[in-house]
Amino acid sequence: MDAIILQTLNGLDKGSAYALIALGLTLIFGTLGVVNFAHGALFMLGAFCAVTVSKLFQLSHKASEATGVDFMGQPKFEDVLYVKEWFGNDLGAWLIDWSVPLSILFAIPIMIGIGFIMERGLIKHFYKRPHADQILVTFGLAIVLQEVVKYFYGANPIPTPSPMAFRGSFDFGVMLGFDPNVIIYPYWRMVYFAFSLTLVGGVFAFLQFTTFGMVVRAGMADRETVGLLGINIDKRFTIMFGIAAAVAGLAGVMYTPINSPNYHMGMDFLVLSFVVVVVGGMGSLPGAVLAGFMLGILESFASLNEVKDIIPGIDQIIIYVVAIIILLTRPRGLMGRKGVMEE
Amino acid sequence: MGILNVQNVNKRFGGLKALSNVNLDVKENTVHAVIGPNGAGKSTLLNCLVGKLIPDTGTVTFQDKSVLGKKPFEINQMGISRVFQTPEIFSDLSVLENVMIPCFARRDGSFKVNALSNMMGQRDMVDQAEQMLIDLHMIDKRNMHAASMSRGDKRRLEMAMCLVQQPRLLLLDEPTAGMARADTNNTIDLLKQIKAERDITMVIIEHDMHVVFSLSDRITVLAQGTPLVEDIPENIKGHPKVKEAYLGEAA
Amino acid sequence: MLGLNRRDFAMLLLVAALALFAPFILNPFPTASGLSQFNAGYPDLMQRFVIFGIFAIGFNILFGLTGYLSFGHAAFLGVGSYSAVWMFKLLSMNVLPALVLSVVIAGLFALLIGYVSLRRSGIYFSILTLAFAQMSFNLAYSVLTPITNGETGLQLALDDPRILDAANTAGSVPVTSLFGLEMRSAVTLDLAGWSFTFSVGYYLCALIMLVAFYISVRLFRSPFGMMLRAIKTNQQRVNYTGLNSRPYTLAAFVISGMYAGLAGGLLACMDPLAGADRMQWTASGEVVLMTILGGAGTLIGPVLGAGFIKYFENIFSKINDSILHQWFSFLPDWMENLLVNIFYPFVGKGWHLTLGILFMLVVIFLPGGLVQGGQKIARKLGFGKKSNSDTPAE
Repeated sequence: MDAIILQTLNGLDKGSAYALIALGLTLIFGTLGVVNFAHGALFMLGAFCAVTVSKLFQLSHKASEATGVDFMGQPKFEDVLYVKEWFGNDLGAWLIDWSVPLSILFAIPIMIGIGFIMERGLIKHFYKRPHADQILVTFGLAIVLQEVVKYFYGANPIPTPSPMAFRGSFDFGVMLGFDPNVIIYPYWRMVYFAFSLTLVGGVFAFLQFTTFGMVVRAGMADRETVGLLGINIDKRFTIMFGIAAAVAGLAGVMYTPINSPNYHMGMDFLVLSFVVVVVGGMGSLPGAVLAGFMLGILESFASLNEVKDIIPGIDQIIIYVVAIIILLTRPRGLMGRKGVMEE
Repeated sequence: MGILNVQNVNKRFGGLKALSNVNLDVKENTVHAVIGPNGAGKSTLLNCLVGKLIPDTGTVTFQDKSVLGKKPFEINQMGISRVFQTPEIFSDLSVLENVMIPCFARRDGSFKVNALSNMMGQRDMVDQAEQMLIDLHMIDKRNMHAASMSRGDKRRLEMAMCLVQQPRLLLLDEPTAGMARADTNNTIDLLKQIKAERDITMVIIEHDMHVVFSLSDRITVLAQGTPLVEDIPENIKGHPKVKEAYLGEAA
Repeated sequence: MLGLNRRDFAMLLLVAALALFAPFILNPFPTASGLSQFNAGYPDLMQRFVIFGIFAIGFNILFGLTGYLSFGHAAFLGVGSYSAVWMFKLLSMNVLPALVLSVVIAGLFALLIGYVSLRRSGIYFSILTLAFAQMSFNLAYSVLTPITNGETGLQLALDDPRILDAANTAGSVPVTSLFGLEMRSAVTLDLAGWSFTFSVGYYLCALIMLVAFYISVRLFRSPFGMMLRAIKTNQQRVNYTGLNSRPYTLAAFVISGMYAGLAGGLLACMDPLAGADRMQWTASGEVVLMTILGGAGTLIGPVLGAGFIKYFENIFSKINDSILHQWFSFLPDWMENLLVNIFYPFVGKGWHLTLGILFMLVVIFLPGGLVQGGQKIARKLGFGKKSNSDTPAE
C-alpha cells in the first residue's frame, strides 16, 4: 500500500512535465496543424531561462576588502554580488535563494517572444507543406537550439537549486497513519505538481471562458468556417503558439530543481511527450493531460523492484509498449477526436 | 438475376437511417442510374458496393458472389472498378505510368514483388496501356505529368485507368460534378463511346438529369434512403413521386 | 546494359568510377600542404562514406518511394552490427557469414516492426517507428546486456569460441578478413607529394555499395517500384485499383531494413565492435538528413547526401581554434580574432550546429535536395532538356 502511494507521488512530477509539454504540442497541432519537433527544445530553453537568471544574480565584481591585507601584504579582494550591492544584503540573498521561481517572470516574455519569432519566422511557411517537411524542419531547429545552448552553457548539467524553504521532504506517511519516513515526498515536487495543475487549469480556463479562447477552439474544430466569418484566425493562432511556447518554457523553469538542466533534456522529453500526445489522442487537450499523468505514474510503477523482478527492463520500455498497444487498438488514442490526422 | 444484386440493404449512422430496405438489380451490359436529392443515400449505397462501408443487414452480390466484408482491393479484383467524384489519379506519375499500374494489378493480382524486372521493358503491358490511351484519344499526352492536366483530362485518364482493367462493372460517382457544360458534354460522349464499344455494365450515381437521361437504360430514384421507383428513363421523367421528391427538396 | 537503360547505366558507371578512384579524388592536396586537412582519402573515412551510402540508399527505398518517414532506422543498423560481431565471436572472423547474418536478422527485425508500424501511416507511423527504435535502444542498454554488453559495447575477446577458425595461438585478438584477405590491410602509393592508400576493407565496402546501388536502380525501374510510388501519390486509388498496399509497404520496409542491417554489418566488419549509441534516434535523424539532402526519391541523391554529410562531419569536427587562427593569420589581429570567434561555434564540437542549420536550409529552400538543386542550375545554364524522365525518379 505504502509503495503504491509512494510510486504514484513519484510519478506525478514527471507526469506533470509530460502533461505540460504534451498540452503545448496538442495546442500547436490542433490550431496550426503543425507537428512541432522543436517543442522539447522550448522546454529546455525555459529551463535555461532559470539558469540564466540564477547566473545573473550570481554576477559579481571584485572589490577590495575593507578589513585589510592578506598574509603577503597585498590588499585583499572579495567578490561582491551586484544584487547584494544594489538591493542590500537581505533582499539580495532572498533574490538569489528564490531565483528559480522568480525566473518565471523573466521566462514568460522571453518564451512568448521566442514562440512568436518561431511561428512568424519559420512555422508559418510550413502550414501547407507535408507533415514530413514540418517534422524535418522543426527537427533541424531543435538541433540548432540545443547546440546554441550547449555552446553558451556547456554540455554538463547545471545544478539549479530550489529556494531553501522548499528543500527537504514532507512526510505523507505520518499523515496517512504509516510509520514515519515510509512515504516522504520532496516539497519542491509538490510545488511543481501544484504549479502544473494551475498552469493546465489556466490554459483550459482561458480557452473556455474568454472570447479569444472560444474562437481558438472553434478554429481547432473547423478552421475554414471560422476563417469565413471574417475572423483573423492566423493572428490568434500565432498568439496560441506563443502561449504554448510559454507553457513549455514554464514547465522547464520549474523543473530545474528536480533535474539539473542540460542541453539535451528537451530531446529526451520530446520523444516521450510525442508518445503522450499519441496515447492521449492527437488534438485532444484533456487527453494530452490525462495521458501525461497516467504515463508518468505508470513509468514510476514500472521502476518498482517487485515489478522489475517479474519483467526485467520493463521500466525502460513501459511507455513505448503502452503507446504501441494503444495505437494499434485505439488509433485515435484515449480521447482523440474523429477526423484528426486520419487518412 | 442481374450481374449486380442488392437486397434489403440497411445502413444506420448512429440515429440516422441512411439506407433502408434498398433493393437494386442491375442487368448485364446496361447502364443503370441512381438519382435522388441530396442526402438520399446515393453515396452511402455506392460505398456499400465497393467495400468502403459494410451494410448493417442485407446482401450485395456481384456475379452471384457476395462482396460483403471484402476490402476495396478484393472487390476490384472481382471485376468492379470505380470512378470518383473528383478524379483520383496518381498525380506524381506520367499518364502512361498511371495506366500501366492497373494493367499490372490486373495481371499480377493484389500483391507481387516484381522488383528486378524493368517496367518499360514489358512490351505487352506498355502496348496494352498505350492502346487504351489511343482508344480514349489521349495518346499524345502519354508522357505528360498527370498533375498538370486539365480536370476534363484527369477524368478521362481515370476512366482509362478503370477501363484498362476490363472490369465487368464500372461504378461512377457523379462523374460530371463541378464540371463546366463543355466538359460535361465531353464526358457524356466519352461514356457513350465506352458503352457502344465494350461489353460493360455501368452504375452511375448522378445529380445532373441531363447526364442521366442521355445515358441510362434504367433509373432508380432514391429518396431518404429508400428507392421510390425504378423504371426506364421515359417513364421516370414525368413520374409524380419523382417530382415530389425533388420539389420537396427545393421547398 | 545489365537490364538498365542508357541514362541509368551511365549513372551506375559514374558511381562505380567515383568509388574506384575515391582514394585519388578525395586526396587532392599534397600531404605536406596546409590544405591536406581537407583530404578525405584515408580508408577509415572512405569506408564510412560508402557504408552510410548503403544505409541511405536503403532508407530511400522506403522514404523516397513510399513516402513513409521512418524515424527508427538506426535500430536496424545497430541490430546488424550486433549480429555481425556475434558471428565474429562465435563462428569465424570471415566477414561473409557475418554480413549474411546481419542482413537476415535486420530483415526479420524489420518485418516485426514494420508489421506493427505500417498499420498506421503519416505522423503516427513516424512516431511508432521512433518508439520502437527508442525501445530497442533502451533495451540494448539495460536488460539485453548479456547480448549487447550494455554501455561498454560488444567487443571481441581472446577466448571467444570462433568454432570455424583454427585455434588462436597468436595471443592477440584476430582481425576480420574475407577468406584470409585482411580487411585492414592496405597498400600505400607515394607519388610526388601525394600519398594514396588503397585498403581491402574500403574496396570490399565499395563493391557491396555498388551492388546495393545497382539493385536499388533496378528496383526503382521495376513494376514493384512503381507500385510504391503509386502508394506515395494516392493510396486510395491504389486500393481501388485492386492492389493491397500493406504488403507492398511492408516489403519496402523490410528491404530498407535489410540495407540498414548490411550497413551495420559492414561497420562491424571494418571495426569489430557494436554499441547501443548506433541505435539512438539522432542516428536515425542523420540518415533522414542524408537522404533529403541528396534528394529523396532520386537514385543518386542518397549516395551524394551520405558522402556530403560524412565528409563535412569529418572535416568540420577536425577544425579547432588554432587552425582557424592559422587561416586568418594574414589579417589584422582584431579582424582575425573576430572571424575566429564567428566561425568557432560552427566547427569542431560545434559541427552539430552546422548540421542543424544545414538541415533547416535544405528543407526550407531545397526540398528536392542537391540533385534537384543541380538540375535547377543546369536548366538555368541551358543544359536541361524538357523530358519526361525529369520526374521524381531521377
